[in-house]
Amino acid sequence: MGKTLFDKVWDAHVVDSVKNGPQVLYIDKHLIHEVTSPQAFQELEERNIPVARPDQIIATADHNTPTINQHLPIQDTLSRKQLQQLTQNCQKNKITLYGLGHKYNGIVHVIAPELGITQPGMTMVCGDSHTSTHGAFGTIAFGIGTSQVAQVFASQCLLIQKPKKMRVTVNGKLRKNVLPKDVILYIISKLGTNAGTGYFCEYAGNVFEEMSMEGRMTVCNMSIEMGARGGIIAPDKTTFNYLRGRKFAPKGDDFDKKVTYWKTLRTDADAVFDIEYTFDASDIEPMITYGTNPGMGIKISESIPEINDATFEKSLAYMGFHKGELLLEKEINYVFIGSCTNARIEDFRVAATYVRGKQKAANVTAWLVPGSQQVAQQIAKEGLQEIFETAGFQLRQPGCSACLAMNDDKIPQGEYCVSTSNRNFEGRQGQGAKTILASPLVAAATAIAGKIVTISEEIEEPQFA
Amino acid sequence: MEKLTTILSTAIPLPTENVDTDQIIPARFLKATDKQGFGDNLFRDWRFDKEGNINKNFVLNDSRFSGNILIAGNNFGCGSSREHAAWALADYGFKVIISSFFADIFKGNALNNGLLPIQVPEKYLNQLLAKVTEKPSTELAVNLEQQTLKTPVGEIPFEIDPYKKTCLLNGYDDIDFLISKKEKIEAFETVRLSQ
Repeated sequence: MGKTLFDKVWDAHVVDSVKNGPQVLYIDKHLIHEVTSPQAFQELEERNIPVARPDQIIATADHNTPTINQHLPIQDTLSRKQLQQLTQNCQKNKITLYGLGHKYNGIVHVIAPELGITQPGMTMVCGDSHTSTHGAFGTIAFGIGTSQVAQVFASQCLLIQKPKKMRVTVNGKLRKNVLPKDVILYIISKLGTNAGTGYFCEYAGNVFEEMSMEGRMTVCNMSIEMGARGGIIAPDKTTFNYLRGRKFAPKGDDFDKKVTYWKTLRTDADAVFDIEYTFDASDIEPMITYGTNPGMGIKISESIPEINDATFEKSLAYMGFHKGELLLEKEINYVFIGSCTNARIEDFRVAATYVRGKQKAANVTAWLVPGSQQVAQQIAKEGLQEIFETAGFQLRQPGCSACLAMNDDKIPQGEYCVSTSNRNFEGRQGQGAKTILASPLVAAATAIAGKIVTISEEIEEPQFA
Repeated sequence: MEKLTTILSTAIPLPTENVDTDQIIPARFLKATDKQGFGDNLFRDWRFDKEGNINKNFVLNDSRFSGNILIAGNNFGCGSSREHAAWALADYGFKVIISSFFADIFKGNALNNGLLPIQVPEKYLNQLLAKVTEKPSTELAVNLEQQTLKTPVGEIPFEIDPYKKTCLLNGYDDIDFLISKKEKIEAFETVRLSQ
């Protein structure tokens, strides 16, 4: 029987197996940040265990960093201490840190791909559930807890059960203004938030084959929102072209040699998945969420479903919505374009294409938070900054920002925020804040209209760069 | 890690489904650099309002309910990988969480902190939630060695990875095990680097 892409990469990393138990999986790259690493460093220190492979670890500061005045000392004492702790831990253990202000600083899942650290066939982990993002490269990448961060520090391996295999296939032609974010929100709305639990999900079909790397990252990023540990897409020409010339990508003959291997990373025709789902691309429309988990999504033109269930009703009560309500024309005062889901250059290009020549509505506060310093520079270089600032948007400095509101970027109590991030949990963007997840295009249109609207004009391939 | 063998306790019912780790411990409490004290902020925004007043309607503030077992709705622990959620539950005093379904990362984090997730069929869960809600003094007995959960709703077996079971029973963790594999790991690296 043939192997899936996931099997091929996984099996190549198994060091040992415990009888009737987990496997010892070798980890190629370990990404760390300030929030989920300090207790792991502490654990090792207390037990007098050295970090096994510091050169396979990359650190960044992103979750808890301010997005204005990054050159000034951080006001919040606890945040400042957490960042200092990261710096100390990295220095002590000889780990590369792209800290605040560094030209490569940014959200961990934005910087690793853009620097060419993420490569096909690798295993990657990070103490962050959206590590699934890197699966866009045909990489096995998944989030881990802090105890596991300590395990990888100590051994460069993880003790883990091999997940089951799932495949989601989407074929057909996407409608106008349907972005990768809509595709994944649609899939999650159909499958629910726990359909993927226990599985690793391969995305297949022409829709993903024709998607850019950044689009594939958006899709894989949200795999965890249907419970899947990770998502994975077979590497192809798009992947190789993206990687060629990036800072840490192989160079010259090495690159070509790698490509030969990477081309073998495809699911065999006779491979069997534990579960498969298939969707028709033409059924997907621009999406929004109406509830407090990412599975509670609808087409923007649809009304909220009528479901009699206590948890569902609790969720609607939090959001201030009712069954059967249409969300079009709903006034919105906050818009956030950012996060590891949608803060790459293509996201800002598509938003700028819509925004160009328009003005944001007076009631709206619109925050744009680039995923990295490199994205921020690109925004300036391509003239997007001018478009956004002329339109009244606020362009801030890179970081996770209002996606999880650990820093000061919080949506006020009771306010709705149309957000390009990945989670609409209660209070995720600030205590009492109500998150509506959407694509960067829908977010941009919301900021301009000051309310949820359908987009009638067709956004062509953005012309920038 | 503390050993876990048998637990006899009353339980706290939380029938809400899809309880995510942002609810268990909101992000603004993740700024600490050690593992202490997270229990104070467990379910913070459900236990207290924005002004810090106690929400009397939330089950953890209901004096009728106590114990070190939490019975939760389907898909408990979804969302963020933050282990702070497991630390908060353990620090608050929970030793066992019963649900009909657990999110992957949370389940692993719980086991790595001596917190036992017990998955039961949905029907059993609903009956148990109803029973405990109606009679808060109901006692539940967990036997990890036997892998059984005994309640007035019935005695049922539960599953656990045999390796993880050994770890919990003995208070071992994965780091010791992985370090014992050092030679194999190095041999693997040698082969891998030559490819």
